[in-house]
Amino acid sequence: MSDQLLNLTLHVWRQNGPNDAGRFETHQAKDITTHMSFLEMLDVINEELIEKGELPISFDHDCREGICGSCGMVINGVAHGPQKLTTACQLHMRQFKDGDEIWLEPWRASGFPIIKDLIVDRSAFERIIQAGGYISIRTGSAPEANELPVPKKDADSAMDAAECIGCGACVAACPNASASLFTAAKISHLSLLPQGQAERQDRARKMVAQMDAEGFGGCTNHGECEAACPKGVSLRWIARMNRELVRSMVRAEAPIESRDR
Amino acid sequence: MQRALTLHQTTVGKKLIMALSGLIIVGFAIGHFLGNLNLYRGAEAMDGYAEFLKGLPPLLWGTRLLLLFAFGAHIASAFSLWNRNRKARGSRYKVHKDLATDYAARTMYWSGPILLLFIVYHLLHFTILPAHPGEVYRNVVEGFQNPLIAGVYIAGNLALGFHIFHGIYSAFQTVGANHPRYNDYRRDLAIAICAVITIGNLSFPIAVLAGFITL
Amino acid sequence: MELRSNEPTGPIEHRWEKHKESSKLVAPANRRRYNIIVVGSGLAGGAAAASLGEMGYNVKCFCYQDSPRRAHSIAAQGGINAAKDYQNDGDSVYRLFYDTVKGGDFRSRESNVYRLAQLSVNIIDQAVAQGVPFAREYGGLLANRSFGGAQVSRTFYARGQTGQQLLLGAYQALSRQIDAGTVEMHTRTEMLDLIVHEGRARGIVTRCMKSGKVSAHIADMVVLCTGGYSNVFYLSTNAKGCNVTATWRAHRQGAAFANPCYTQIHPTCIPQAGSYQSKLTLMSESLRNDGRVWVPRKKEDVTKRPEDIPEADRFYYLEERYPAFGNLVPRDVASRNALYVTNDGLGIGPEVDGERRAVYLDFADAINRLGESTIRERYGNLFEMYERITGDSPYKTPMRIYPATHYTMGGLWVDYNLETTVQGLFAGGEANFSDHGANRLGASALMQGLADGYFVLPFTVGNYLGEVRTLPPLSEDHPDVKQAIARVEERIRKLMNAPDPKHAPEHFHRLLGKIIWNKCGMSRNKEGLEEALREIPKLRDQFWREVKITGSGETLNQTLERAGRVADFFELGELMCLDALKREESCGGHFREEYEENGEALRDDEHFKYVAAWEWTGNPAEPRLHKEPLSFEYVKPSKRSYK
Repeated sequence: MSDQLLNLTLHVWRQNGPNDAGRFETHQAKDITTHMSFLEMLDVINEELIEKGELPISFDHDCREGICGSCGMVINGVAHGPQKLTTACQLHMRQFKDGDEIWLEPWRASGFPIIKDLIVDRSAFERIIQAGGYISIRTGSAPEANELPVPKKDADSAMDAAECIGCGACVAACPNASASLFTAAKISHLSLLPQGQAERQDRARKMVAQMDAEGFGGCTNHGECEAACPKGVSLRWIARMNRELVRSMVRAEAPIESRDR
Repeated sequence: MQRALTLHQTTVGKKLIMALSGLIIVGFAIGHFLGNLNLYRGAEAMDGYAEFLKGLPPLLWGTRLLLLFAFGAHIASAFSLWNRNRKARGSRYKVHKDLATDYAARTMYWSGPILLLFIVYHLLHFTILPAHPGEVYRNVVEGFQNPLIAGVYIAGNLALGFHIFHGIYSAFQTVGANHPRYNDYRRDLAIAICAVITIGNLSFPIAVLAGFITL
Repeated sequence: MELRSNEPTGPIEHRWEKHKESSKLVAPANRRRYNIIVVGSGLAGGAAAASLGEMGYNVKCFCYQDSPRRAHSIAAQGGINAAKDYQNDGDSVYRLFYDTVKGGDFRSRESNVYRLAQLSVNIIDQAVAQGVPFAREYGGLLANRSFGGAQVSRTFYARGQTGQQLLLGAYQALSRQIDAGTVEMHTRTEMLDLIVHEGRARGIVTRCMKSGKVSAHIADMVVLCTGGYSNVFYLSTNAKGCNVTATWRAHRQGAAFANPCYTQIHPTCIPQAGSYQSKLTLMSESLRNDGRVWVPRKKEDVTKRPEDIPEADRFYYLEERYPAFGNLVPRDVASRNALYVTNDGLGIGPEVDGERRAVYLDFADAINRLGESTIRERYGNLFEMYERITGDSPYKTPMRIYPATHYTMGGLWVDYNLETTVQGLFAGGEANFSDHGANRLGASALMQGLADGYFVLPFTVGNYLGEVRTLPPLSEDHPDVKQAIARVEERIRKLMNAPDPKHAPEHFHRLLGKIIWNKCGMSRNKEGLEEALREIPKLRDQFWREVKITGSGETLNQTLERAGRVADFFELGELMCLDALKREESCGGHFREEYEENGEALRDDEHFKYVAAWEWTGNPAEPRLHKEPLSFEYVKPSKRSYK
């Protein structure tokens, strides 16, 4: 419980709207205790800014317990900051030293246009799921849950893939701003379960087509996404997605439509 | 716009083309290196090996066509992906730190074009405009005795080493071969193939410079 | 205002069937003629919007987050109850019903609770078919665990992320409907008022949080699934954005607000570390299975390191006071006792605003007895989370814990159809008051949200539309719509232009939270509540005078968003205190110090066996109380005792 006070220099990306050029603004954070979370440190700065009559720093956040996937910013060149397997909201100031300089930037990707300051538009992820990231099951028509056993190992693997919180750190960290890890995690989660088999072929094709249509880059197997992922979602799902796609495209009787908008 | 989408139009498909064409090229590089080992057996063996290949036009031209096709596909896909990936980032980060990327992966877009230039030079040097047509052994040894030329070959092969190290490792991932039990072998295999080709190829100019292979 | 519960009569096990049989339907071909607004996209809202869209209705769904997948249902850790009896341990629909009524301390409606227990079974089927990766046994069948002291294993779970996985299931179903065009999704959009026309809810007024644009959305009916109001306490385990605005605005338009004083406190949360703290994090209750709760016996020891306090000077207050249950006493008992010992000056940890509000949860004995590896296996991820937040390792030093609010049983009053006192306005999930009475059992919140969303609302919505048939068209130029827009715009204008702007909305929210937490929190009394009722209006006036918002309302402005929510919490907070003052008994999450017997809650069934539904009168200090009497035909009220 040792309590230390930090004085930090923050360089924060400020951008008034999607069409504003944006620039860095420097703020001093004074007397920050090491027990504060990173976002609480920003709260403190924001309250001071408001009281001074200035515009507070806009950033997305909600649950502040690392599960909703709302928060996300690049802190000193790393998505979600220096602590592994930790979202920005769970990052605490004890990870920093007195006198540190901190650079704060939004996720940068063409697929995630900046809305304001550190807030980006991640609706591309929504459209990738809408393209096929589901099992079509009419409400009320489900068979008895235990009718279809699922091997424990498959259920566990599906859960590993399903841990994704959709924060977008994978895109932010990827040298190509690729959404492969996100897309692959969902494709893998559903393809690993017997319930997901009926739509397995179409799902991979539609989701990859949508991922491409959103303007994300391709995967070059650097592994930055896996390293940045706060939930430790594995690169192996990307290999699985590739397998699923080839299989479905080769077997499909008719090509699918491109989803360019 | 709605149009039918084929595999090679997707980023995954393009990457798959890169992986498969890359593997063809690596396969050739292994054969190329093995054949070149004849250098150590002397002029007769080397020139004889070249004569032997020329005596089999279907094999020779078949290989050349396949390679041309593989290079064409590899480069076209690479260019298309590079262009796409560049646009996908949009604005650049002011501060950026790599967490997982190794040197080989980071320099693929550099080692690729360097390799292309090197291969063009290599073809001009030995295949298209050789100093002594028909005398392969002499061309190689005379060439490598010039430290400048040997240096170009050493640099070219280092680029090749880095490029195929990430290339082979990455190809496994791209074709979907990822299994927690075998993933360690994947890296080992990439290192082994890469090491054999690179060390082997580097040995030729070095052996000539060191005076181990002479005319 | 008349409260008609519209419960079916007859044997309880047939009531839902009977109700369905006698209700109106809308034919498939006619459904697309109806427009339905669903506000909120958590388990209840997401499931309802997806199911209604799939049935063929035109649905518009709204959420304030940037994606429906981020609703706070996602944070539920433990699991979801269902009366499947897969474990052959004697569970049944009746037993789940019985446990829920008893757990709610006999303040819920029996018919609703029975239906909830019946539908619990269908929820699991639905979720499994959607691909929710529940934990499984080696044979491939679903695994269960016992949760929150239940005597049967009826809880289904997906690691510590059950809420996340269930929400993703609903979200995926919703995404399918968005792609199919049956649901139009509006993210980053906040509902700021309800449009009522000729006595019926006909739409909502929203503010787009990106552009600041205020607009009206007109429909045939409105469903609110907007969650609970724990954030009235400022510090709670809710997400920062969780708010009462949607239900409060509906309340001001005529929807009765029921039992606002029923709030649930969770005993094992990470304590506040400083005045800057923005939220509290819940740690699974399962920790109390192996951890021992204690504080120092002597006040002078509170600043010592726990390792330096000898065994004899440690006060294991739960074990001493409740020898039979020890550290496993129910949530409210554990929470209240933590309050009492810290009131006595025995709290440990850092001083925040002059008080030490934390107790130790010590695993040293368990580690000695079972070995560190067993403890790691059981609680490894929780210990890691604790260490990430506090910087201390529970393997080496005791955890510090303290109670925090995390669920509110109160909400909009609804009948058996989940319809509020405004015709055509429905409420589902935590937003309504319906099924948990005065206290919610562990692993029951997910169950209720999904039961409402997948199975109750899709049906009762059809019943309503089938009954009203055709509603007259309502144009955006109608005075009722224009007035609603004007109300919203006027309020934004007022917030943006406070006469003497001084402080950010957070400043006032913290002060309000402190009043509510201290006087209407775990333990309440007449004096404190009356004090709160004097303090809140004063602070509210100060808020409207001094709230400072920079920037403009016509763009993304998070300060403005917050200010609007805080303004509504002020009015709700006052109603909570009034309700708590009026309810002169102790039951479930509502504990009045005057009504106890040896530290146990003392219910007064004779005078308070009713739902308190409050009607807005225009004056927050004088709402009108309506009572819905409760009858217990199946589960006879009995007294709780844990001594």
